[in-house]
Amino acid sequence: MGFPQFTEQEKALIRLCQTDLPLCENPFEKIAQQLQVSEEWVIEKLRAWKQDGKLKKFRAILFHQKAGYQANGMSVWNVPEDKIEPIGVEIAGFDEVSHCYQRLQLPGFNFNLYAMIHGQSKQEVEDIVRNISKTIGVTDYQILYSLHEYKKTSMKYFVPEIESAEEKNSR
Amino acid sequence: MDILDRKILDAIQEEVPIVSRPFDYIARQVATSEPEVLKRIRKLKQEKIIRRVGGSFNSDKLGYFSTLVAARVPDEKLEKMVEKLNRYSGVTHNYLRGHYYNLWFTLTACSKQRLHELLEQMKQQTGIEELFPLPAVRKFKIMVNFKMNRGK
Repeated sequence: MGFPQFTEQEKALIRLCQTDLPLCENPFEKIAQQLQVSEEWVIEKLRAWKQDGKLKKFRAILFHQKAGYQANGMSVWNVPEDKIEPIGVEIAGFDEVSHCYQRLQLPGFNFNLYAMIHGQSKQEVEDIVRNISKTIGVTDYQILYSLHEYKKTSMKYFVPEIESAEEKNSR
Repeated sequence: MDILDRKILDAIQEEVPIVSRPFDYIARQVATSEPEVLKRIRKLKQEKIIRRVGGSFNSDKLGYFSTLVAARVPDEKLEKMVEKLNRYSGVTHNYLRGHYYNLWFTLTACSKQRLHELLEQMKQQTGIEELFPLPAVRKFKIMVNFKMNRGK
């Protein structure tokens, strides 16, 4: 590996941005100070990355369970191959759907479209899914509820510990 | 949480702008002051409503690869296997789901080859035979904001 498209300084900026933004009036200046660069360099770099899609955005991520969304269900759909495109777009249009991906089918699990549904209760999730089913005209689906969250974190990019932790793990 | 908390949550979930004074920008959006916004964000973080305020990067565009993985793990082995799998920093989400395939996790690695190496390594370490990568063929939606100020 190597990621030649990033300088060491840029990787350091990415490392800092994926932790917590300093909660002060001028957070980007704080980051710049840590990297010993100017605030302008940081802001220009981040805007350029946002422009070309490397950076999605800066925003708050919530603990959803505590913010009133008690239930999340992964709905999986068996959609005819030639209808995946329009149906994927249609499902994506529902407000209660956070992610909608086409995936390959598994042995004994013929579902090819996955949509994460968020609701206040299991009942609400079921109602939403029934509504989607009616709208898209697909009845072959399942809802896989999360019974337990074992891990939920953000990927940390350009952190050398990632590989070394795994090496240790393999011994 | 009062209405101003919800408005701030909606605004900062949507975006914290890349400008010199981002929280002043948010304050104007919700008609309050910059110190008030900062105070409330700190409080909401302390109360574990907000997990993190920061940048999210696009895995693919940075040159990383990720996949959803579905696995079948016998109940009695679950705890041990999960502990082993969660030790990988590339495992970012891991859920128990009520299904024959009961364990669903996401795995991210710096290359496609590394991703497959890790999956092989996981199978060997855990002895899980039914462990299947389900990479996205196409992404129709990726969004993680939810409206907080729903007129409650």
